[in-house]
Amino acid sequence: MTTQALPSALAAIVDDFQALSEPERLQLLLEFSEGLPELPDRLKDHPELLEQVVECQSPLFLTIETDNGGGPVRLFFKAPAEAPTTRGFAGVLHEGLDGLSAGEILSVPDDMPELLGLTRAITPLRMRGMTAMLGRIKRKVAAASRVRG
Amino acid sequence: MPYAVEQNEKFAAYAHPERLVSTEWLAAAIKSGAVARGELIVVESDEDVLLYETGHIPGAVKIDWHTDLNDDVARDYVDGAAFAELAASKGISRDSTVVIYGDKSNWWAAYALWVFTLFGHRDVRLLDGGRDKWIAEGRELTRERPAPARGSYPVVERDDAPIRAFKEDVLAHLGKPLIDVRSPEEYTGQRTHMPAYPEEGALRGGHIPTAASIPWARAAAPDGTFRSREELEALYLGEAGLTPGDDVVAYCRIGERSSHTWFALKYLLGFESVRNYDGSWTEWGNAVRVPIVKGAERGSLPVPAGA
Repeated sequence: MTTQALPSALAAIVDDFQALSEPERLQLLLEFSEGLPELPDRLKDHPELLEQVVECQSPLFLTIETDNGGGPVRLFFKAPAEAPTTRGFAGVLHEGLDGLSAGEILSVPDDMPELLGLTRAITPLRMRGMTAMLGRIKRKVAAASRVRG
Repeated sequence: MPYAVEQNEKFAAYAHPERLVSTEWLAAAIKSGAVARGELIVVESDEDVLLYETGHIPGAVKIDWHTDLNDDVARDYVDGAAFAELAASKGISRDSTVVIYGDKSNWWAAYALWVFTLFGHRDVRLLDGGRDKWIAEGRELTRERPAPARGSYPVVERDDAPIRAFKEDVLAHLGKPLIDVRSPEEYTGQRTHMPAYPEEGALRGGHIPTAASIPWARAAAPDGTFRSREELEALYLGEAGLTPGDDVVAYCRIGERSSHTWFALKYLLGFESVRNYDGSWTEWGNAVRVPIVKGAERGSLPVPAGA
């Protein structure tokens, strides 16, 4: 798998990770964790609008929003500060996918998280959480597209 | 050289008070320069591999339960050479006093302490209340990574038998006390993994016949510290029905939560023979033809074939 198939923002993130040594990759993931935007107030007050991704080691909730005209998909994540790895994964997906079209998000390969080169430093067990997060986003985007017809 | 042991009323009631230190004690030891001088090594061990990086106790080094302590090929712990290298790189020598702390009521810290004990490291203690209590008390955190002087650690062969049980050991142990420390839903077989945790794949749900269900976190108070001796006795001698002197095996899903219970039974209540079955449910729930009981009752031992 190459980064050519990825949307450009995500490809740039993957390139950034791959250019680093393993310890530096962890540091970059920590920066993504810190850069994860807060939920907007309309979601903050309505936790029931978010879905939990249970495959993540720590609580992670997410949702998507789309308009009805095939416009950009917005992504929203919530994870506690005590779960920086999970937050970092969410930060990568937010920066790499937020605002893209449904088609662009659905074209991201399911095993994209492996391209970050974190599997050894983080362990396959923990990487599973990010793969599950991406899978959940794609399922929700696909379902929203179907509804729209 | 071992560092002085903390004396206080709560710890004095435990069988091995020398295995715990309080946050006040550690803060004073740091202030005195003992950590900076390497007389006391503080280790953080968390579930989340990046939590240490977000801020840790000044002078603390990080040991990750998974990447540092587990072999990355076989399902086993690192060998003597890898452990010696890990310890030395963290500034730990064979005679160092090591204080381990971590998140989630020291769940992962207890696991790291158990692995240190497999290698016979003599003086390894837990920070009562762990990371959360330290933070709740508003104590200092830093992002500065210490650069400890290399320790001197011999290659010691792991001695598993006294504190680690394998599946065959558990089969031979049946009839003697077992403590299942997983959630009630895992115990009954309603689910095979923790709520909100990754499904690690067990084909069968339930528990090992006759095991008592005492979820691990019941040994901890809301502030993450261990419950008092009296409370622990009510839990393990009362509710679980253990008798002092019993030979006990504790298990969970992959052996981490049961390390916390192992610590409480071994060092706080003073059971001499306590083993952690680290294969736990991810092994037992997938093993062919081992006996399993479903539901909330402990169940009885299977009748041996031909009996």
